[in-house]
Amino acid sequence: MSRFILFCSTAFTLLTSIAALAQTRLTIATVNNGDMIVMQKLSKQFEREHPEIQLDWVVLEEKILREKTTTDAATHGGQFDVVTIGPLEAPIWGQRGWLTPLNDKLSAGYDVDDLLKPIRDGASYGGKLYALPFYAESSLTYYRKDLFQKAGLTMPAQPTYDDIARFAKALNDPSKGTYGVCLRGKPGWGENMAYISTVANTFGGRWFDESWKPQLDSPEWHTAVNFYVNLLQKYGPPGISSNGFNESLTLFENGRCGMWIDATVAAGTLSDTKQSKVADTVGFAPAPIAVTPRGAQWLWFWALAVPSSSKHQEAAFKFIEWATSKDYIRLVAKANGWAAVPPGTRESTYKQPEYLATAPFAELTYKSIMAADPLHPTEKPVPYTGIQCIVIPAFPTIGNQVGQMIAAALVGNISVDEALKDAQAATERVQRRMGIAK
Amino acid sequence: MANRNLTYDPTLYEQTRKKTWQERLSLFSLKMPSIAVLFLWSVIPLFMTLWFSFQRYNIMEPDKTGFDGLGNYRYLLSDPSLALSIWHTVVLVGAVLVITIGLGTLLAVLFDQEFFGRGIARVLVLAPFFVMPTVSALVWKNMMMHPDNGFLAFLMRSVGLKPVDWFAVAPLTSIIIIVSWQWLPFAVLTLLTAVQSLDGERKEAARMDGAGPIAMFFYIIWPHLGRAVAAVTMIESIFLLGVFAEIYVTTSGGPGFASTNLSFLIYRYALLEYDIGGASVGGVVAIILANILALFLMRSFAKNLDA
Repeated sequence: MSRFILFCSTAFTLLTSIAALAQTRLTIATVNNGDMIVMQKLSKQFEREHPEIQLDWVVLEEKILREKTTTDAATHGGQFDVVTIGPLEAPIWGQRGWLTPLNDKLSAGYDVDDLLKPIRDGASYGGKLYALPFYAESSLTYYRKDLFQKAGLTMPAQPTYDDIARFAKALNDPSKGTYGVCLRGKPGWGENMAYISTVANTFGGRWFDESWKPQLDSPEWHTAVNFYVNLLQKYGPPGISSNGFNESLTLFENGRCGMWIDATVAAGTLSDTKQSKVADTVGFAPAPIAVTPRGAQWLWFWALAVPSSSKHQEAAFKFIEWATSKDYIRLVAKANGWAAVPPGTRESTYKQPEYLATAPFAELTYKSIMAADPLHPTEKPVPYTGIQCIVIPAFPTIGNQVGQMIAAALVGNISVDEALKDAQAATERVQRRMGIAK
Repeated sequence: MANRNLTYDPTLYEQTRKKTWQERLSLFSLKMPSIAVLFLWSVIPLFMTLWFSFQRYNIMEPDKTGFDGLGNYRYLLSDPSLALSIWHTVVLVGAVLVITIGLGTLLAVLFDQEFFGRGIARVLVLAPFFVMPTVSALVWKNMMMHPDNGFLAFLMRSVGLKPVDWFAVAPLTSIIIIVSWQWLPFAVLTLLTAVQSLDGERKEAARMDGAGPIAMFFYIIWPHLGRAVAAVTMIESIFLLGVFAEIYVTTSGGPGFASTNLSFLIYRYALLEYDIGGASVGGVVAIILANILALFLMRSFAKNLDA
């Protein structure tokens, strides 16, 4: 009898392990951005190459994705085998042990040194790489060459914020439905604060001083936020406090903005004649500067990582390596053309003559990313890393609250002085709550 | 009829006689399982909320957890946005109630009349109720109130006015408008059935006594609607205390905290700031607020419901 039970249990174990071998199911959580949708489509190729792995996709809007993946990683839920994360999560989660370090796992052909250095730094903690970048971006100034010509203006090779204010005034023509400049106004640490932080940086400001005292009521922040609020109130589109990246993109594509300062990823869409009405007339320039070039452009990436709670580590590594490899970039180029490859991650992409030929913005994107230095983001010394996304666990909390207050100043409900005073107080409150940032 | 109590009625006897304690015990033990289930159902979430409200628990800081005494309470109660969000919750509930019941009564009386196309008009007035909150918020945000390509902006431009940026200038009012639009059909439907249940002979009698339409409304129809109004108020209050989707989709609680209500505040604590302890305190505050409102409503409507 006991032998029979032994037999049965062995047979059962054997069968289930064969079944497990036959099909490893990976659950991949990612953002609903264009490049990720392409990845999902092309992943059929991966499944063909690895018939033992089956991919289940969870594609979500950015905010919801962040809620789900953070909760899962923090509670070791093990719901996801691959997560899509940004420069805020990668180092903090790495430090907390929520992600598996990747240095020893990468195969020889992956060529980790080919990844752009600022991005590699941003995805590492304590010298260990915790996430593989899928695409990366900095910020650029987009402008309408035709409108500039009509108004007799020329965009300098490196515009300053004085130039931007002057151009915006000249281009603003609401009666014809064109506004001088479109910028982000929607509150949120990844929305308006991403842009406003770069303005504050280039006006010489910083989020915290060396002893972690918040600097939001400093003269530099006052100048920067006053400039931003004035510029948008005078020459911005209506409804600005609900405009994020996508809303501004739609406005610019439809020829409603003279200028737009935002993410480099928009360059591809804007030059695509199928999606953009201004594809022939859009010009590119670096992000404007004011007092210092430090931190004038941001640095952001989406990267793939494996939570340490995943039960299919090996299969998950195989997938993230595949999706961030040179071969994957070539695969996208073959399927959708070179202009559509995920930008900003690999040196080799920017040495590809076909890419440089089809994407007029490629070189500028590369330069902007390489010029962004998350390790030295501001003119004055700071105790943190990150340009527009300060790498401390409390930053989403602080960034969201400060973003709300600046949005209130933008629509004129409160003055800039009040907004920054409230912002300073709110930041100090959060710091007391969460302890001085570590 | 008059001597009913004199004859022996076993049912009545069974209902009125005093039960012995053994009987009570056995009856109670029979009821026990369902009471236990109901108790667990309603009380476990409450106790978990209370328990978490005394814990220091931020998802982002797994190494700093444990009992925190009144720390969470101190933090939340000193939050300048708490008082505002309670006030916004009350304003939102109150304003939507006034608008839906006011307009709802008028529409109910109107739809009670015979007129051409009444059937279609009734369907149209009910339609908004079947639109999901997120969808209706999106429609209002992008197609009605958008300052650039919204319908209201178009109307204002066509008469030579400057379009209003609704969600920036009057965020809470905009949300009240959206929510009222959603809940008006419910009020109309409930009040219309009440109006229709009014006895035709009474109306006719009033008319013969010389009551005009206005007197008719205030002395015959409105008193008759009391119970329906109480029901609408109760049910709407329950849902309106928790309005969230409309705020999430349109204003994200801003600009500043101008349209943050209590449920959005809790969301902000729990899911944007990962502060489970703080969010639980918000939950406790919400429970207290809901109970105060419920007490108030019960008091003022109890007689209507008993009648």
